[in-house]
Amino acid sequence: MSGKSLFQKVWDDHIVVAETADTPAVLYIDLHLTHEVTTPEAFSVLRSRGLRIRRPDLTLATLDHSTPTVPVTSLKDLDVVSEPAAAAQIRVMIENCHEYDIELFGFDSDARGIVHVIGPELGITQPGKTIVCGDSHTSTHGAFGALAFGIGTTEVGHVLASQCLLQRRPKTLAIHVDGQLGPGVTAKDIILAIIGRIGVGGGTGHVIEYRGSAIRSLDMEQRMTICNMSIEGGARAGMIAPDDTTFQYLQNRPMAPQGAAWDAAVARWRNLPSDPDATFDREVAIDANQLTPMVTYGTNPGMVVPIGDPVPAAANASARKALDYMGVTENKPMLGMPVDVVFIGSCTNSRLSDLRLAADLMRGQKVAKSVRMLVVPGSEQVKRAAEEEGLHEVFRAAGAEWREAGCSMCIGMNGDTAGRGELCVSTSNRNFEGRQGSGARTVLASPLTAAASAIAGQIADPRPLLRQLRDVS
Amino acid sequence: MNKVTRVQSKTMVMPGSDIDTDQIIPARFLTTTTRKGLGNALFADWRYDAAGKPKPDFLLNRPEAAGCGILVAGNNFGCGSSREHAPWALLDFGIHAVISTEIADIFRGNSLKNGLVPVIVDKVTHGWLIENPGVEVTIDVAACELHLPDGRAVSFPIDGFSKYCLLNGVDQLGYLLDHADAITHYEHTRPWKP
Ligand code: SF4
Repeated sequence: MSGKSLFQKVWDDHIVVAETADTPAVLYIDLHLTHEVTTPEAFSVLRSRGLRIRRPDLTLATLDHSTPTVPVTSLKDLDVVSEPAAAAQIRVMIENCHEYDIELFGFDSDARGIVHVIGPELGITQPGKTIVCGDSHTSTHGAFGALAFGIGTTEVGHVLASQCLLQRRPKTLAIHVDGQLGPGVTAKDIILAIIGRIGVGGGTGHVIEYRGSAIRSLDMEQRMTICNMSIEGGARAGMIAPDDTTFQYLQNRPMAPQGAAWDAAVARWRNLPSDPDATFDREVAIDANQLTPMVTYGTNPGMVVPIGDPVPAAANASARKALDYMGVTENKPMLGMPVDVVFIGSCTNSRLSDLRLAADLMRGQKVAKSVRMLVVPGSEQVKRAAEEEGLHEVFRAAGAEWREAGCSMCIGMNGDTAGRGELCVSTSNRNFEGRQGSGARTVLASPLTAAASAIAGQIADPRPLLRQLRDVS
Repeated sequence: MNKVTRVQSKTMVMPGSDIDTDQIIPARFLTTTTRKGLGNALFADWRYDAAGKPKPDFLLNRPEAAGCGILVAGNNFGCGSSREHAPWALLDFGIHAVISTEIADIFRGNSLKNGLVPVIVDKVTHGWLIENPGVEVTIDVAACELHLPDGRAVSFPIDGFSKYCLLNGVDQLGYLLDHADAITHYEHTRPWKP
């Protein structure tokens, strides 16, 4: 018998009732993250059936999706800055958490932030756990060797009431990324290249394990960027085996195990990586040495090219429609296309290292006159840490706006949107039509490419600027 | 959940591939705390102009779309976010089944839990359906068959449990709660605690 993969180990460890030909497995959930947008109906169902929450102690809540990114310290402020529906949704979340005794990282918490940023920050995202949230980017937490995936609102209700989910075992897809990244090439470019390779439906029905020397050498924040966009490749979950990088990141975080419990946990976590003879249903290999900064040119994340390469000719009507929507010319590179808005933020690229990358490029530079730039830290903690380093001053001096933590222009649910027809270079994860506002056009890129484009006023390769900076210093 | 044994209706066709949940229902409509009325927001950015007026040439606004309860869509329908608002909006609008060559995982799961039938067919059948909008077809859930107007039956996959739930209107929460003892046993006996 062949060995077990990381996924298989975590899956097996959480089986309450095994699956059969007729029935799915009952899978135990170790951590349930919740936010204001995908939970109200689930609580309504619980209430109407008179059910309690089985494990409020394994449930954690925050406010991120429809929260404003201008300062709000009380519910009174909220009514002033928010549209009524968004404010009402936030109120309902606060009331639900109160009634059901769920710990809420709300406006009064210095740990509030995007749900996928705060879990790791608090140290409650841990290797070997099963983690779910009513949000498809829950795959982010897989960077720690957790099995983490997004669920719908009905399933949120299932987990609240039973702490379990009914699941069929998915297939496994190993993606090997070996080699060394060149300067100016980031984790974001790796994952965009992967999605370009496998396609937006390429991972459907699979859990991805990212492997190889290029993955091993990434820090935790970059690993999160990779796992975050697994869903853009169609996979509900993406995982990376835990190692010393993982343990160092987690040690001494407030909700991580401490003392003897820490030692026991690390000993357990060391057994999680896939066995050498583990097999996968599919395997794909990517050469990191060949990667360059990547940008999307269409209306899904699979429509992506190396920044200097020409946009491929439309192969079918959907691709034609996408190019028309984007106002992109086929057979020409994206480089040099005029930019209206630059957004640095989202659960993909809003952590301290992302902000540092962008700030390093922007220090002493100016955002082009024609460009509006928003920098939105992923959490209050990221915001404080960035401010301690003076990054906010760098962005402000360059002419960018520095905001409160939240999803912001990634989803455009509370005021932060790009206008109709505007082109936005964004570090977020979805370039769907209208994602950042009705009629807005999104180009996904790394924080470096976004910052370089903000300065240039057009889509720009960050590498020449980086070389200049290196030569000066 | 209501029982779903068959869906019989005319089809409407959206041939584009990778239609994502942000198109099915844009995020700005997600600030609701109930699922009622979401049909009005279905495909909002394709359906209405900037002033909120229906665009006459968009499928849902055309006379032939009236009474169509089955959507035939391009490959990889429902990719993107986990918002259950997507199947809610489709159902609220009156669509009870989606036919494609591939349907994204989370959307598919959400659909099954709400009685929206996801039907995955081969490329040839799909191509024919795309070419022939407005035909009357029948989806027989018990037999897992799609019946075409020429009398042909095309089988499609649904796992036994989801099928059972559709046919009997079983909501899966009840099934899960029946396992309360096993869940308690697991919690007490697992070697480590989260
Ligand atoms: S930042 Fe964007 S993708 Fe991430 S959780 Fe928020 S809305 Fe979703």
